[in-house]
Amino acid sequence: MTDALRFQSPFEVQTPPGCEGWTEMYPYYLLFSEDRRQEEENKLWFYNGMHAPEAVHPFDTIGFEAGYLGIGEMSSRMFAIPPAMGIDFRFLNGRLYISPTAVGDPKKIEERAKLFERRAGYYFQNWPQFYEEWREKVKREIEQLKAIRFPELPEVEDERLVFERKGYGTSQEVFEAYHRLLESIFRIWQIHMEIVMIGFAAYFTFYEFCKKAFPEISDQAITRMVGAIDVSMFRPNDELKRLAKRAVELGVDSHFRPGADVKEVFQVLEQTEAGRTWLEEWRRSSDPWFYMNTGDGFHHHHRAWVDDPGAVFGILCDYVAKVKRGESLERDIEGRRRDRDQITEGYRALLQTEEDRRAFDQLLGLVRNVYYSIEDHKFYVEHWYQSVFWNKVRELGALFVRQGFFRDVEDIFYLHWSEVHQALMDLLLSWTIGAPARGPVYWPPIIARRRELMRKLREWNPPPALGTVPEAVVDPAVVMLWGITPERLRAWLEPEKAEEKVLRGFAASPGVVEGPARVVLSVDQLHEVQEGEILVCSVTEPSWAPVFSRIRATVSDIGGMMSHAAIVAREYGIPAVLGTGSATKRIRTGQRIRVDGDAGTVTLLED
Amino acid sequence: MMGEVPFVLDFSRVGFTERALVGGKVASLGELLRHGCRVPPGFAVTSFGYRRFLEANGLEDRLRQVLASVAPNDLESLERASQQITGMFLESRIPREVQGAIERGYEELSIRTQVSDPPVAVRSSALAEDSEQASFAGQQETYLWVRGAENVLDSVRRCWASAFTPRALSYRLTQGISLDDGVAVGVQQMVHPRAAGVLFTLSPRTGDRSLIVVEGSWGPGVAVVSGEVTPDEFTVNKVTLEIVHRKISPKTAQFVPTGSEGVLVKVPVPEDLQTKPCLCDEEVVELARLARHLEQVYGFPLDIEWAVAENEAFPHNLYLLQSRPETVWSRRPRSSIAANFKDPLSYVVQTLAGKALSR
Repeated sequence: MTDALRFQSPFEVQTPPGCEGWTEMYPYYLLFSEDRRQEEENKLWFYNGMHAPEAVHPFDTIGFEAGYLGIGEMSSRMFAIPPAMGIDFRFLNGRLYISPTAVGDPKKIEERAKLFERRAGYYFQNWPQFYEEWREKVKREIEQLKAIRFPELPEVEDERLVFERKGYGTSQEVFEAYHRLLESIFRIWQIHMEIVMIGFAAYFTFYEFCKKAFPEISDQAITRMVGAIDVSMFRPNDELKRLAKRAVELGVDSHFRPGADVKEVFQVLEQTEAGRTWLEEWRRSSDPWFYMNTGDGFHHHHRAWVDDPGAVFGILCDYVAKVKRGESLERDIEGRRRDRDQITEGYRALLQTEEDRRAFDQLLGLVRNVYYSIEDHKFYVEHWYQSVFWNKVRELGALFVRQGFFRDVEDIFYLHWSEVHQALMDLLLSWTIGAPARGPVYWPPIIARRRELMRKLREWNPPPALGTVPEAVVDPAVVMLWGITPERLRAWLEPEKAEEKVLRGFAASPGVVEGPARVVLSVDQLHEVQEGEILVCSVTEPSWAPVFSRIRATVSDIGGMMSHAAIVAREYGIPAVLGTGSATKRIRTGQRIRVDGDAGTVTLLED
Repeated sequence: MMGEVPFVLDFSRVGFTERALVGGKVASLGELLRHGCRVPPGFAVTSFGYRRFLEANGLEDRLRQVLASVAPNDLESLERASQQITGMFLESRIPREVQGAIERGYEELSIRTQVSDPPVAVRSSALAEDSEQASFAGQQETYLWVRGAENVLDSVRRCWASAFTPRALSYRLTQGISLDDGVAVGVQQMVHPRAAGVLFTLSPRTGDRSLIVVEGSWGPGVAVVSGEVTPDEFTVNKVTLEIVHRKISPKTAQFVPTGSEGVLVKVPVPEDLQTKPCLCDEEVVELARLARHLEQVYGFPLDIEWAVAENEAFPHNLYLLQSRPETVWSRRPRSSIAANFKDPLSYVVQTLAGKALSR
């Protein structure tokens, strides 16, 4: 392994100016450290911009801790995926780097294969039923999460507590509520991974089969055969379309002018009968469909549409205008299904033996079931659950504000959850004892410093990968979701030529278009996207789907064939090139580019 | 064939069943026409015409005499026999009835194309062997840009003689193929190609049968076939007919026919054209569609020569010049990729464990 290909060592990465001390925001076990240096330098770490497109607030590490705990539990210990243990992760300059852990010993892989066959087999054989039950399980978790309360701390307890002889007071209730909150998020992410990890394993198998049968088959062709047609992830956008139609039917469409303030619009609607009817329908759609957040659920400030309708108001206006012009908003589901069946039949016919066709049919049968869930599940956990969760954390934040610990509800996100634990104990001790807490003096300067750190870390451009390129990538999820393969890593390592006008990535959705680029570095800039532009971003979130009706194509730094951006792009029938590594650095807003979603190339047409 | 065996047959009247009469190459052109492809018009001088030529000149006995002394591995004897036979052929007259039939065929071509003395390609069309083997043996002589009945007749005679080049002789001797087997010749209108090249109904790189790979360059296809130019390469998904990859190479040279004999001369390509794709997307897709259709009809992967005529509108400008079975990948044993497939679950397990083990 002496001539192994290497990216920069994580230990050589410089701290951006003014960001000294950033490590205090993250727990010790999530930092690169001298004591684990040798091991850390010999592994591959890649930037998970798909789930963490920005620097991660201290509290938001909880989503990743819960997520990677879930992945590890399911891959390593529960289902024993033969070649893959969990995915390790670190924070570096506030950014999330992840590293798959492979099982090296062939004997161990064999042993795990036996366990996996029995365990995953149980799920595969009952998949549709188990997925249905899984959805119910998640809904129950969301109900339980909603029921968590952080009660007000009174001057003296209600006498009901005394006469009911409960034996403990509000301090205990608050303490337990926080514990329940922690338990809830850690549990939901295990449940999340319960279906996802073995789902990727099945998909990966079909992918390998197709690659063997058709060595040059595009990833895109494979996903088009498997394609989930109608999943919950598309429902929020469908609801927006429905509301647009209703607005026209009810004659309140004149209020939906682009650029209008959504709060004012809602106030005006409140004044009329028709307006109130529309608002009632908005509210009905909101729960649960507008728990869709503008990101991927891992950043607390990527707010849900229900909390910040401003995020989708512009789109709603677009839809209203389209309805008035008599344009159809319907997705051509039948057409997509036909397209899928035709492609599938086409490839099937090209297989060389009857045996291969039988294997193809059966694998496809399994994978279509599984893949439907992989697309569908996302609304439930990443959006619905997470949006409710962050708001629950805000309720706790409000308690801290009332007790003088924080100035703002959002300040709680500058503390790691273990620090919140300490602060809560400080608060509860001081309230019960009746002596001053240290928190109100202790935390504000820390929060102010961290706010500044986060602001500066945001500007840092993370390298796509660090450490050593492995000979093979064996983790199904890493290949399928992030699109990390040794070939891709080698391509990233090739020195970029300044005069090179072509960026390469995954051909994720077919078609070729030219147009002006719109570089979007964070969710807040999403509303700037104009009709006919090409969206260039670090990672395209599925929740950005509505903006897809405006754009001509999309290009991203990060994303694989199964990434949700690819699905949405295909759904909208616009070309997409994902995983270019550097699009947001190389392209600027207004620049004309050509996106070739068949070849996976982006050509810079002007300087 | 009913009635009297003709000396000349129009392409539109032949198919694989007439192979013994018109040879593999012409038969396949006839098949292409039957399957709705555009093929430049032309006619075959049948093996019956060839036989009449031999008979009229008493060549059969003389041929047998010369060939009796030839050994497949004796290069000198091969050379000597070849020279003798060529000499014999070129001295001999084509009998009046055969000559008349060829002249009428050429005249009809002139009427159809509305060109007097239309330029044609004259090439031999082997009867017995697979055409690709014959081509390997150098047995398929081709004369391009031939104009005028006189020149056509001369080229036909040369094609007949080409069955007796040293290489062709050696090949037929070692393969045990009868030496007095007939020779057919195709006479076909030349198209003025804006671009031309070859295509395969599989990936020549990996044998992937879900792809169609089109290679082309400016001018006649000889630039691509001879390897004188790095061609443009278009990869098309056979299932969806989407172009999945375009490799546009600088095509620095092309061939142009010059003089009355239409000798092909290599000339530089104007700079602004060098890096322009030689085919537009709709042409690539239409070629792929034709190729896919033919492959389905024939049931095996194909290797096809095509040309895009200048001054004709799409899709009438697309011509197929030749189609033959692809041989490199098709001859490999077909192994099942899912050998011993039991059920999806065990296959998932095998893949996951095997993938890791094969590192």
